[in-house]
Amino acid sequence: MELLLPCLGAIIIAVVVVAAVVIGIYNRLVTLRSRVDNAWSQIDVQLRRRYDLIPNLVETVKGYAAHEKETLEKVIQARNMAMNAQSVKEASEAENMLSGTLKSLFAVAEAYPDLKANQNFLMLQEELAGTESKIAYSRQFYNDSVMSYNMTTQQFPSNLVAGSFGFTQRDYFEIEEAAKEPVQVKF
Amino acid sequence: MSDEHANFYDQMNANRVKTVLLMTVFALLVLLVGYVAGRMTGIGWWGLVIAGVVAIVMSWGSYWWSDSLVLAMSGARPADKELGPMDAYIINTVEGLSIAAGMPMPMPYVVDDPAPNAFATGRDPEHAAIAVTTGLLDKLDRQELEGVIAHELSHVRNRDTLVTTVAVVLAGTIVLLSDFMRSWFRFGWMFGGGDDDSDSGGGNAIWLLIGLALAILAPLAALLIQMAVSRKREYLADANGALLTRYPEGLASALRKIAGDPTPLRSANKATASLWIYNPLKDHKGVMNSLFETHPPIEERIARLQAM
Repeated sequence: MELLLPCLGAIIIAVVVVAAVVIGIYNRLVTLRSRVDNAWSQIDVQLRRRYDLIPNLVETVKGYAAHEKETLEKVIQARNMAMNAQSVKEASEAENMLSGTLKSLFAVAEAYPDLKANQNFLMLQEELAGTESKIAYSRQFYNDSVMSYNMTTQQFPSNLVAGSFGFTQRDYFEIEEAAKEPVQVKF
Repeated sequence: MSDEHANFYDQMNANRVKTVLLMTVFALLVLLVGYVAGRMTGIGWWGLVIAGVVAIVMSWGSYWWSDSLVLAMSGARPADKELGPMDAYIINTVEGLSIAAGMPMPMPYVVDDPAPNAFATGRDPEHAAIAVTTGLLDKLDRQELEGVIAHELSHVRNRDTLVTTVAVVLAGTIVLLSDFMRSWFRFGWMFGGGDDDSDSGGGNAIWLLIGLALAILAPLAALLIQMAVSRKREYLADANGALLTRYPEGLASALRKIAGDPTPLRSANKATASLWIYNPLKDHKGVMNSLFETHPPIEERIARLQAM
């Protein structure tokens, strides 16, 4: 009889401690997973920003370099394709092509000193360059977040909690194989 | 990329631990000096209490207002996209790297000065500011600028502004108390006020001597600790920044350019010198100076970056 109470006490304490640890791990997994989701939508935000900048750029260039119609049209077409892409593979290819057309456009703009001096054009050029950077960094952050999260779902003892509550691993953002080839601007 | 990322968070935790350790040691030093001062002047434990209160109040004050004060002293103005592509350049760079770091974006500021330099300030990542000179924006390319901004962002994330501000205030308190104690040693003991706890006249004299020794050594110790910590934080910010951009050469190249630029920084003064990425008041004379440098030698910083 004398042993029963301390034993019960010990068991209760053990249960409380384990519960606290499990809750701690669970919350950590939730935090890491939310970070991954947030990072993913951040990439999208930056991609949208790039699409939004392009019409303004095209109009500005048209004002000074109207007979570069062909280059301008390629940019618009590439943008529309990227916006309408259905699969991740399509999106990757379209994004790559869009980057290529923009490069051509800025190369062509070099021949127009008036255009290069235009504040609006300079602003757009800076904004586009900045957005490209942000796209790259948001992908980097997404991958970093995925790594943290995946590692936690795999390591002991958090893997036990992850398994019990359905925390599954996430995929990394990878440049598709097609996009690694040199850019071919074709429609 | 394997376990570097885990080490990133480990490093941040280690920083927090070291920060707490540093502040504790410093606080103890302040309390010690305060206690001895109290013994010297015969007010006993009140010395410790007063020292403690002064240190806390001054720490809190400078922590809270450090950013506005520093920004005002350097003549910094907030960056604004309305003002043109140059402002957009710095805003986009800070934003991009904040995204990479997964932290709130510090407010970008511009200092109108041809000398290339930059600093970060602010009490925590939610209330931070990063300032760059127009000279920096002109002279660095995109990757070099990203290296510099990543370094500054790391300072913000490591809460270095908190650490250095508190360190400066605590060191200042020690210096104040030490000055007071030295004056007391010269003149004050004549006014009596013996230690009420002591039962012999000789007891007070011992405290006077201890007080004098401490008054000479403590400020020196405080300064050395402060400088050593500052250098360590600079290396850490270099490393964390390089990790962020995944391109250490960017910052290395930027440091080379900044160090090689002879233009003096107009808004530099002794109070703010330690905050800039490259010490604008750099004095090249002597070995003793290296102990009192807030920044590690530039060649060593570049070498470490290139070794990554």
